[in-house]
Amino acid sequence: MAPPAAQRSGTNRRAQFGVFAGYLLASAGAAIGALLLIVSLVRPEAFAGLRTMASDVTTSVGEAGAAGRVGTSNFFDAIAGYYEAGSKNAQMKEEIAIARVKLAEARALEQENEQLKAVLGLAQDERKPIAVARLIGSTSVSARRFAYLSAGRNDGVKVGMPVTSPMGLVGRVLEVGRTSSRVLLLTDSESIVPVRRATDNVVAFAEGRADGSLRLRLISLGINPLEIGDVFVTSGAGGMFRPGVAVAMVTELNDDGAIARLLSNPAATDVVLVEPVWQPEAVAMLARPLSGPTEQGIEEVAAELPDPPASPPPPPSIAPSGAAAPDE
Amino acid sequence: MEKLSPTARRDLFGSKINRDHSPALVHGVPWLSIILASLVPMLPVIAPAPVVPPLAFMFLLAWRLLRPGLLPLWAGFPLGLVDDLLSGQPLGSSILLYSLTLIALDLFELRFPWRGFWQDWIVAAVLITLFLLFSAVFSGARLDLLHFWLLAPQLLLSLVLFPIIVGVVAILDRLRLLRVRRID
Repeated sequence: MAPPAAQRSGTNRRAQFGVFAGYLLASAGAAIGALLLIVSLVRPEAFAGLRTMASDVTTSVGEAGAAGRVGTSNFFDAIAGYYEAGSKNAQMKEEIAIARVKLAEARALEQENEQLKAVLGLAQDERKPIAVARLIGSTSVSARRFAYLSAGRNDGVKVGMPVTSPMGLVGRVLEVGRTSSRVLLLTDSESIVPVRRATDNVVAFAEGRADGSLRLRLISLGINPLEIGDVFVTSGAGGMFRPGVAVAMVTELNDDGAIARLLSNPAATDVVLVEPVWQPEAVAMLARPLSGPTEQGIEEVAAELPDPPASPPPPPSIAPSGAAAPDE
Repeated sequence: MEKLSPTARRDLFGSKINRDHSPALVHGVPWLSIILASLVPMLPVIAPAPVVPPLAFMFLLAWRLLRPGLLPLWAGFPLGLVDDLLSGQPLGSSILLYSLTLIALDLFELRFPWRGFWQDWIVAAVLITLFLLFSAVFSGARLDLLHFWLLAPQLLLSLVLFPIIVGVVAILDRLRLLRVRRID
């Protein structure tokens, strides 16, 4: 396409000046962009206010879409259900028989659990979720894995709170707006969750990988004890996530751990729960010595704590903001 | 007069008599379409990996290639800002890349004033590739080889989609130039 006449300034002084000013403004824009980029790479939490304002404005649109997504999937499931009714019926009868037995077993276990807890003197940990919300959308263009949540400060959501679905852990709240918030999904490369194997106490860190799976790094070195199919749950170390929430299942073994598949696929979850931070004191304590513990810092923390904790202290390498990675 | 062809007073953009282009449409449609494309993260898609093409950037390219001079050279700053606020990239990454793209396209146009479809597509392909690569580098994620492998499907999808985006922009351009304003 031929350029319009206005593009060629010729000898017209005014047009020449206009072209020059255009380049000047564009270069200034690029320079400001570079500065902002450096600032936000050094301090990821900078400009959170601006971002949350933008997401607050746009979530009302997104929420309608999220409701639509759930609605359509239900619709197709309902149609598909008619085609498999007969075989499903037989299968379900069999399953229900097994489930009855399992239920009885579970009741017994529950009773035993209560008794043991009573022996130990543990209070029943009744935690109510802070908010029930929808995952509206995610940063599907960028290399980072954030999701937008339809609950914010008005619903009591605070930075750092874990986000779970009935299937397991989804992520944690990173930035909070008035009616929306931004969630760091488990599959983001900056997300690190302390986990343990559900059956025993093999502990590991679950790090996000770019392709939507998790990388499990074992803390204790030695022979890799993992097997394909092992389920990992949160260990509670670091104090942010309540222990015992399902996280991932091992699909592939490697030298220092395994690659695991996320159990609660965020794409398949419609409604998620925002839970309170499990042990806020521990998180606050860990947040301080980001550059390694100093003498003064240790004293300060020791002065604040009422008495030394009974359990061994959690590994100090988990930063609650997700900005720092453990150096191993 | 009745014998006159009925199409003589009309063209693609509406009646030629007593009607004119609306300034709001003429200047608003490109900005609005790019900003709407920036709202893609609010679509109900929870992606496990970067899969969706950078639609806002592609709309910017398409408008710039189809109608040079319509978007001012400084448009990279406001449009990049809107994109950065929602895209999950650190603030400033799109501002920088959009501004540099607009400058690069202006210089390219000085060199090649007459272009065709293929040339536009090649230019867009190069710029989209660079945009995705630098976006990944600026994203603040810990990068490994896997990350760049994962860019490949997104990149291919973007390149294939670009002519379609150009088609959409052409339709929007027709909408932009509709004569809707009545002249008294």
